Amino acid sequence: MNLKTVLAAGLVAAVSFTAALAKDVSGAGATFPAPIYLKWADAYKKASGSAVNYQGVGSGAGRKQIEARTVTFAGSDIPQTGEWLDKRGLVQWPMVMGGIVPIVNLEGVGASDLVLDGQTLGDIYSGKIKRWNDAALTALNPKAKLPDLPIIVIRRSDGSGTTYNFTYYLSAVNEDFKKKVGTGEAVEWPVGIGGKGNDGVANNVMQTKGSIGYVELAFAIQNGLAYTDMINSAGKRVKPKFESFQAAAQNADWAKADHFNLVLANQPGASAWPMTVATFILMPTESDDAEAAAAALKFFDWAYANGGSMAKDLDYIPMPDSVVSKVKSAVWSQIKK
Amino acid sequence: MSLYASRRRSNLTAMALCLLATTIGIVWLFLILFSLLLNGLPHLTFEVFTEMTPPPGETGGGLLNPIFGTLMMTVLGVGIGAPIGILAGTYLAEYGRYSKTTPTIRFINDILLSAPSIIIGLFIYGIVVVPMKNFSALAGSLALAVIVIPVVVRTTEDMLLLVPNTLREAASAMGLPRSHVVWHVAYRAARTGILTGVLLGVARIAGETAPLLFTAFSNNFWSASLMKPIASLPTTINSFINTPDANMKQLAWTGALIVTLAVLALNIVARILGGTKKQS
Amino acid sequence: MTHATPSLDHDGRLSAARSKILARMALGDRSFHLVTRLCAYGVFILLAGIVVSLIMGAWPAIQTFGLEFLVTRRWAPQLDEPILGALAPIYGTLLTSFIAMLIAVPFGLGVAIFLTELCPIPLRRPIRVAVELLAGIPSIIYGMWGFFVLGPFLAQYVEPGIVWAVQDIPVLNIIFGAEMISNISLFNASLVLAIMILPFITAIAVDVFSTVPPVLKESAYGIGCTTWEVVTNVVIPFTRVGLVGGVMLALGRALGETMAVTFIIGNSFKIDGSIFSPGTTISAAIASEFAESADLHRSALMYLGLLLFILTFFVLAAARLMLMRLEKRAGA
Repeated sequence: MNLKTVLAAGLVAAVSFTAALAKDVSGAGATFPAPIYLKWADAYKKASGSAVNYQGVGSGAGRKQIEARTVTFAGSDIPQTGEWLDKRGLVQWPMVMGGIVPIVNLEGVGASDLVLDGQTLGDIYSGKIKRWNDAALTALNPKAKLPDLPIIVIRRSDGSGTTYNFTYYLSAVNEDFKKKVGTGEAVEWPVGIGGKGNDGVANNVMQTKGSIGYVELAFAIQNGLAYTDMINSAGKRVKPKFESFQAAAQNADWAKADHFNLVLANQPGASAWPMTVATFILMPTESDDAEAAAAALKFFDWAYANGGSMAKDLDYIPMPDSVVSKVKSAVWSQIKK
Repeated sequence: MSLYASRRRSNLTAMALCLLATTIGIVWLFLILFSLLLNGLPHLTFEVFTEMTPPPGETGGGLLNPIFGTLMMTVLGVGIGAPIGILAGTYLAEYGRYSKTTPTIRFINDILLSAPSIIIGLFIYGIVVVPMKNFSALAGSLALAVIVIPVVVRTTEDMLLLVPNTLREAASAMGLPRSHVVWHVAYRAARTGILTGVLLGVARIAGETAPLLFTAFSNNFWSASLMKPIASLPTTINSFINTPDANMKQLAWTGALIVTLAVLALNIVARILGGTKKQS
Repeated sequence: MTHATPSLDHDGRLSAARSKILARMALGDRSFHLVTRLCAYGVFILLAGIVVSLIMGAWPAIQTFGLEFLVTRRWAPQLDEPILGALAPIYGTLLTSFIAMLIAVPFGLGVAIFLTELCPIPLRRPIRVAVELLAGIPSIIYGMWGFFVLGPFLAQYVEPGIVWAVQDIPVLNIIFGAEMISNISLFNASLVLAIMILPFITAIAVDVFSTVPPVLKESAYGIGCTTWEVVTNVVIPFTRVGLVGGVMLALGRALGETMAVTFIIGNSFKIDGSIFSPGTTISAAIASEFAESADLHRSALMYLGLLLFILTFFVLAAARLMLMRLEKRAGA
C-alpha cells in the first residue's frame, strides 16, 4: 500500500502551494455591471498582465463580503449613506451607469414592440394584473396582439441592486405597489418565480413562455430577449438605449450628492429613460492588503481612462469627466495604499 | 382453475410492472447522458482544455482554469481526507474492533456520510474563510476533505473486516508488532478494497458544487495558489449555465459532459476493482 | 485479539542491538495505534464541530425567534426588524421529499424485485450498475437537466393536461391547480429528486433482499407459490425492517439535496398548496441567500441549517438502527 507516498505527496503539495501568498485583486457584488466589469478585466489583463477577478453574486452579497473583508472591492447598485460607510470604514464611488429594462417572452413580440408605464408594470409585479390581455395592457398597446395567457412574473431571488432601483421606481410611480411591496433589494414579492442574478432572471424569461422580467439592458441584448419601451415621467414613450440613459444621467447632480449618494430612477426630461441606474464600487479606506487595494485602484483608473468605448458597446454610460476627477481627488485619496 | 388463473394474472402483472420500472430507471440514465452528449459534444474541442474561461459577449474560450481548479482541489481534498479516513477506518476495524466507542464512532461516521453537503460548506466558511478573511482553494479543499473522510472510513473498515483473522494471527504468531501486521498483512490484503473507497471518494467530490460556493468561491482567471479564490468545474457550470450568453452556456454544457463522464468513469473503475476483489 | 508485542523481551539473552530494534518497534506500534485512534476520534470531533458551529451561528436567531421560527410563514429579511420564519422552506423540504419518496419507493422496489427474482443472471450486474450510476451523476447536472430538458417538457405536455383534468374536482384542483405553469415548480423538483434517490433505494433493497435465506424462498416456491407471492409473502416480510431503513436513508438524501433543487424550485417563500407552484426548500434557501446575508438574516439561515441537520440526523439515525437490526438478524 502506498499510504506513505500518498501522505508525503499531500504534505508536499500543501506546502508548495502555500508558498505563493500574494493576493490577487478580487471583487464581488452586483450582477448589473458584471458584463462590463468582466470585459474591462479581460482587456486590462491583456494590456497590463494583472488579473482582476470579479464575481457577480448580487449587490447584497457584495456588500456583506466587503464588510467581512473577504474581497478587495465590492460592486453595488445601491448608493449608501455617508453614515453607513463611515461606520464600516468604507468609501464608495460611481463607476458606470446603465438602464434596467422590462423583458418579455411572448410569441411574435420583438424588442420595443410593447410599451409599458410605471403604473401597469407595478400592477403586474404586485399581482394585480394577471393576464396578458388585461385591459390596462391592451389600452397601452392597441396595435399589439396580446394573448389570453397568464403572466409569469420573474423577479430576483437574491438581494439585488437591480431590484432596489426597480422597486424604487415602481414605488415612486405606483401607490399600490408602494403599499404592497415597497422598495428594497429583497422584497416580499406577492407573485413570481425567483431567479438568481440578472443572468438568472434573463435565463428564466428565455425559458418560460408568457413571462416578464427585469434586467440590465446588456443582458437583454446579448440574449436577443424582447425588451419593452416605457412611458417616462414626461408622458413620452422612450426606447431603452444609450441616448435615453444618457438623457437621464445628464440631469443627475453629482456635485451636490453627499458621498455620491444618488439614485437616478425616474429623472425628469422628455427623452429620459425612467429606470436608469448608477452602479458603485465600495472599498475600505484601510485595506488588510494595501498592495491589492493599490492594484484595484490602478484597474479602476485604467477603466475610467480606457473603458469608455467598451462601455458604450455594451450600452453602459461612462461617468462624466467632472465626476471622475471628483472621485479621484475626494475618494481615492482616502484609501491608504 | 379460476383461482390459478387469477394468481397467474396478478403475478404476470406484477412482474411486468417490475420490468417496466427497471426499464424506466435505466431510461433516465440514458436520457440524461443523451441530453449531455447532444448539448455538450459538438463543442468538446481541444481548446476547451487549453483556453481560459471567456468574458461575456465573446466567442471561443475554454475551461482550463476550472478544470485545473477541480483537479487541484480534488487531489488536495483526497490527499487530506483519504489518509485520515484510512487511519480512522483502521482504528475501527483493527484496534477498536471490540471497543465500546466503536459503534458510536461508526454511527457518527454514517451520519457524516449522509450529511447535506451545503452544511459542510457552512461549517468550513465559519472556521476557515471568516478567520482568514479570504475565500481560498484551501477552504474548498478542506470542505471536500470533510466529505471524503466518511466515505473512506466506511469502505476501509468494511474491507479490513473482510480480511480473515487467521492471516493476522499467523503474522502475530511470528512476532510481528501489531502496526506491522496492519501495514504488511491487513492493508495488503485489503488494498484494492481501500483503493475502491478512495476512488469513490474522488468521484463523490469531483462533482460537488454546494460546499464550494462559500469556500473556494470562483475565479475568472488562472490561479494555482492555495490562498486565492479558485474556479472549479461545478461552480463554473453553475454560473455559466445561468448566463444568457450563448457561448458561456455552451461551455457549461461541455463542462457538464466532462464532469459527468469523468465521474461515471471513476465509478465504473471503482466497481471493476471492487468486483474483482469479491470474486477472488 | 491480544496485543502482538514481541514475546521475547523478558529473555535475558537478547542482544543490545536487538532490544533497541524492538524498543523502536514498540514505539512505532504505540504511536501508530495512537494516530489511528486520534483519526477515529477526529470523526467524532468533526461532527461535534459542525453541530457547535451551527448552533453558535444560529444562536442570535434562536434567541430572537425561538420556536416560533418553525411556524412563522413570513420571510422578510429586508425589514428593519426582520421577520423570519421557517415554515415555507420546511413545507417545501417535506413536500418535495414526500412526493419524491412516493414516486421513487415503488420504482426502486420494482427494480430490486426485477433484479433479484426475474433478471437473467448475465444481465443482473450491468443493469444494477446502470441504475447505480444514476447516483454518481453530480447533482448540479440533475439541476440543469431538470431546468432545461425535463421542466419544459413537463410544462408543455404533462402539467397543463393534469391542471385541465382536475379543474372541477375539489381539493385536487388546489393540489394540482396552478395560475401559471412554468418549468419551475415543487413537483418538478420532486420528480428530479425521485430520479436521484431511486438508485439508493434499489441498491439497499437488492442488498437486503439477498439476506433472505434461499431455503425460505425455495420452500415457498416448492409449495407452488408464484414469484409475486414469494416476494409479497416471504421476501418483503422478512426484510421489512431493512427496507424501511433503506427508504429512510434515501429520505435523508432527499431532504438535504441542494444544487439540483435550487435550480428548479423557484426560490419562492410561499405556501399555496399547489404542487405546480414555485416554492423553496431549506437547502435551496441557504444556497441562494447565504452569501448576501448578514446579522440576523445569516443567523436565521444557520438556524435553518441546524433544523435541516436535526431533521436528517433523526431520519438517518432511525434508518441506521433499522438496518443494524436487520444485519444482526442476518448474522445470527
